[in-house]
Amino acid sequence: MKPGKFVYHAPRELDEALAMLHEYGDEAKVLAGGQSLMPMLNFRLAQIDHLIDINRIEAELTEINWAADTVAIPALVRQRHVERSAQVAERLPILTEALGQVAHPQIRNRGTICGSLAHADPAAELPSVMSVLDATFTVASARGTRTIPVADFFQFHLTTAMEPDELLLRVRINLPGPGTLSVFREFATRRGDFALAGVAAQCQLDTAGMVTACRIAAAGVSSTPQRLEQVEDMLIGQRLADDVLRDAESLARDAVDPTGDIHASAAYRKRLTGVLLRRALADVRTQREVSHA
Amino acid sequence: MREPKVNIEAPGHLISVTVNGSTRQHVVDDRLTLADFLRERLRLTGTHLGCEHGVCGACTVIVDGASVRSCLMLAVQVDGCDVETVEGLSGEGELNPLQQAFKKNYALQCGFCTPGFLMTLTAALREGPIKDEAEARDVLSGNICRCTGYTGLVQAVLDASKETQA
Amino acid sequence: MSEVAAKSMIGAGIERREDDRLLTGHGRYLDDLELPGALSAAFLRSTYAHANVLSIDADAARELPGVVAVFTGEDLAEIQKPLAPKVMHPQLIDYPRLPMPPKAVHYVGEPIAIVVAESRYVAEDALELIEVDYEELPAVGSTAAALRPGGPMAHEGAETNVAVKLSQKAGDADKAIRAAPHTLTGEFFVTRGGGHSMETRAVAARFDLTTEQLIVWDTTQSPHYARQQLSVIYGMAEDDIRIIAPPDVGGGFGPKAQFYGEEVVIPWVAKLLERPVKWVEDRSENFVSAMMERSQTHRIEVAFDDDGRLIAVRDFVEHDQGAYCAGLQVPSITTSTVPGPYHVPNIYVELLACYTNMVPTSSVRGAGRPQAVFAMERMIDRIAEYLDLDPALVRERNLIQADEFPYEVGITFRDGSPLTYDSGDFPALLSGTLERLEYARTRAWQAEQRERGRMIGIGLAVYVEGCGLGPYEGAKIRLTNKGRILVTLAAAGQGQGYETVYAQIASDALGLNMDHIYVTTGDTSKIPFGQGTFASRITATAGPAVFQAAQQMRERLLDTASILLGCHPAEISFIGDRACRDGDVEKSKTLLELAQVANVGKHGITLPKGVQAGLETSSYFAPARAAYASGAHAAVVEVDPDTGGITVLRYIIGHDCGTVINPRLVDGQVIGGFAHGIGNAMYEEAAYDSDAQPQAASYLDYSLVSATEVPSVELFHIQTPSPLNPLGVKGAGEGGTIPAPAAIANAIEDALRPLGARINRAPVTPARIVDAIQDAAVVDQPA
Repeated sequence: MKPGKFVYHAPRELDEALAMLHEYGDEAKVLAGGQSLMPMLNFRLAQIDHLIDINRIEAELTEINWAADTVAIPALVRQRHVERSAQVAERLPILTEALGQVAHPQIRNRGTICGSLAHADPAAELPSVMSVLDATFTVASARGTRTIPVADFFQFHLTTAMEPDELLLRVRINLPGPGTLSVFREFATRRGDFALAGVAAQCQLDTAGMVTACRIAAAGVSSTPQRLEQVEDMLIGQRLADDVLRDAESLARDAVDPTGDIHASAAYRKRLTGVLLRRALADVRTQREVSHA
Repeated sequence: MREPKVNIEAPGHLISVTVNGSTRQHVVDDRLTLADFLRERLRLTGTHLGCEHGVCGACTVIVDGASVRSCLMLAVQVDGCDVETVEGLSGEGELNPLQQAFKKNYALQCGFCTPGFLMTLTAALREGPIKDEAEARDVLSGNICRCTGYTGLVQAVLDASKETQA
Repeated sequence: MSEVAAKSMIGAGIERREDDRLLTGHGRYLDDLELPGALSAAFLRSTYAHANVLSIDADAARELPGVVAVFTGEDLAEIQKPLAPKVMHPQLIDYPRLPMPPKAVHYVGEPIAIVVAESRYVAEDALELIEVDYEELPAVGSTAAALRPGGPMAHEGAETNVAVKLSQKAGDADKAIRAAPHTLTGEFFVTRGGGHSMETRAVAARFDLTTEQLIVWDTTQSPHYARQQLSVIYGMAEDDIRIIAPPDVGGGFGPKAQFYGEEVVIPWVAKLLERPVKWVEDRSENFVSAMMERSQTHRIEVAFDDDGRLIAVRDFVEHDQGAYCAGLQVPSITTSTVPGPYHVPNIYVELLACYTNMVPTSSVRGAGRPQAVFAMERMIDRIAEYLDLDPALVRERNLIQADEFPYEVGITFRDGSPLTYDSGDFPALLSGTLERLEYARTRAWQAEQRERGRMIGIGLAVYVEGCGLGPYEGAKIRLTNKGRILVTLAAAGQGQGYETVYAQIASDALGLNMDHIYVTTGDTSKIPFGQGTFASRITATAGPAVFQAAQQMRERLLDTASILLGCHPAEISFIGDRACRDGDVEKSKTLLELAQVANVGKHGITLPKGVQAGLETSSYFAPARAAYASGAHAAVVEVDPDTGGITVLRYIIGHDCGTVINPRLVDGQVIGGFAHGIGNAMYEEAAYDSDAQPQAASYLDYSLVSATEVPSVELFHIQTPSPLNPLGVKGAGEGGTIPAPAAIANAIEDALRPLGARINRAPVTPARIVDAIQDAAVVDQPA
């Protein structure tokens, strides 16, 4: 389980990295945290000629950038850094909550937010979280930069809208307004495993407890994180009463079409998605009760 | 079958790395993992390879204060870094409090996974105390032990936490 | 250290001698050994489950810079001799398992070529350059497929996939079942799982041109067995092969007790190349080439009276032997484990060992017992349910009583002797477990919680474990010329603490402080005969051997000292390292002085009158038959019927392995085994698809339990010493594993009882629980 041969590059400038990506295209891979890439190299499932390590880039890519109503997470921000940020816990609690369920600290110490997103594993936590946070992805190449909305970013299992010469420079999130409630729920076989299914939900409730806005996404049940728009539509204008939660559960169950594998049948994953959504919404309700208590 | 397009005679990279307090300079191949660098080049064989895909945790070391899987990093990446391995935990002859807690609580049998647990816990205990069994189990959960059933490890963590925070 | 009184070390929970080096990174595992100039090897492995190998083109690999040699099976024709099954049967249809088969492959992962290179990196590069032309053949991916009429054969040209039919019989089960007032049937499946020692397998070898000795470092549990196999295959004298299990081996759990093609190829290649060669199996190889175990289907029928007393058990078992028969030890253990701790007047167990196109199976911690216990203990619960009796009561009514030993079950154990339980107190184990559980109160609490919608279940499992198997194990004891006592074992350890435990035993027998005693293991050059570490046998075989050899050594030391001190041996006792007359250190000889006289001697000078030369003793202990350890487990679980999530709320283990030498180490064995059992119960599954392609070949797909999955355990021991050896010891390494899947599955089914869901398969996963609930709901709907 030793990686095949490649040439290691450690550019100091972003432009240099982009020029290399431009030159080598799909013969190259970007190394950020390496926690998904390195296992694939060790198994020789991924074979590349050039490895472009962006960790030496001197531009400011390691700190979270806070603005009035947005936050940008650049390419080299480690998951553990975000997880332990008090400001993230306050302004984006769903991210803190989800990160605590990503693998183990030793992985999160190296793994980056952007790296996980660029890897685009649909069973991972972060893509579905970005889906409900309505994130935008800034990707850079020698040809320039462009932004991709989350709805377009994840294309397929391990496939994004990025071209081979592009690098995910940062992910930008609009900070939820006051009173926004959010939950990430997953069910995994073991602590730190990929989830058998997961649900991210973000809701705004008015003073009467009526849902005025919401975004819901499921993880691990499709080739990309799956927005559950039917459920969102149904919830708008409703209070999160038990019968509404049960309706949401059954809608969610019917909305997803997962595949079965050695860990769980497709039928199980459908049911689980519904159950997790019901529980996520119950958590939202509890959060509101606590905040209004 | 894939033909390597890369010249086998690649010159390698000169790295300078501080390992357990002493600075070492070596020329390393592009693809040499940190684990193999420690084991084969520095002959620090206390760091073990159990799965080489980042799950078992036997190869855990501390790089710039953070516990990491040394099978998932390249040697060339630690150029300029501070690396701690199991060999650096205790001074001459004396086990440190964490190692003593392992021994006292029978937290090891075959010992193969042990260095990884020690490095994980060393980093974790620097972040603060580990208060109860549930937290201890959570901290331990990124490493696999096939021998002990974890009972001794849990007790060792709690003992060491009391000792080191005292 | 103060003087520890003799007779205190057996039973003492002392710290381990191994720990300091292991805690400081100074363990010496095989891959850590300094072997200057060693080359690295990598094996090319079949990607097909069943295929003919038409050609292998390794030219490009040979030309790769850094590659020293590539050999195919044909290139090494002289060593392509069958690796014999460990346990045979006259009717076994055996297909030769060759070290590196040249013509056909029968499972994914079978080695077909070896690259030897300057580094493992380059060796793996070269593997990618080898072109193999396969002719794919239909493959057998399960025992059900193996037995399906008209289905494919695991070996081309075979008429059946059945390797052998084994059966056990006591009384007349058929007749008893026909006449019985009640019968129930059940079908249970236990899946494949692996040993997954954290250190994988590894072999290194060097051919010494000056002595013409082949030195082999091998992570094996059985160095002498490996030497014997190599001696036969290579046609070399046993003394020309030295097998060394390194001082530290990172876990064994069964797969390292087997003998593999890689162990034949590596030393031979080192000899051919006249260079040291090292192969360290990586985890992806381990997943497809280290032997596994467990997959069995049991179709079991029990007959019982109105009180739940067993009248007969009839069990038909399908056993997955894998692609070749590495031995029939596991299936034969299964057949004799079914009746367990119960009076069963009529028994019939029939087992079909089936060839499939998967990695060959052999012992993994538990070795054929967990499956049998799973079938039997699940049926005890079903009887209780059927009669509306408490499952603890049904067990109590059937248990063999403490005054019935030796108890003859009426069938035969795997060691060839009549299955005769040597000692035990099964009622005490069960009642002790129930007391700690506060069983009545817990049942009441369960009912109360059930009213509130919580699904709590209680599961029990009781078992008997044949262990301490023969034929023998040996020990040598020597007073070294430096005046220390060296205990040499043939057996190799994998983390059990041999350096500590056998010093404890020797200390007692010698009446000497442990500080003067040290232990070495696992080197065929240091002791001529041995069997190995497997079947929870070493404490019960090597333990008595050490004890006896140490007793002989004590006599020799006392004799020598008494001659030198001019007194009777009975007047001598040890104080520290001094043999003292009448307890007087002024009138004493140190161990070093004794060694100087009897071992070192004075060149050409006659020994003092009466002194026997050479302070060395040895003993080989051969038990009359296997011993039987036993235990009772109780689990309390909560099931989330929505997700299938399982929480183990409490787990209690009552364990009896006879005399306990070091209680802390025994606890470690039991709880470690229990964690493996938890894996088997809820997590581990070496899944294959119907084409026999492995589906769980990384730790992302194969779930090993971490600290968050293993619950804490309340463990107690009773000690009914075995009459079969002078220490009264039995095995402890597997008892934690054996009943855990049964106890957990019983608890889960108990939790789900209001829903009528059936748990028939281990591991019990969340998805299977929810699917079982759905199945029960469908069945319950009116037509």
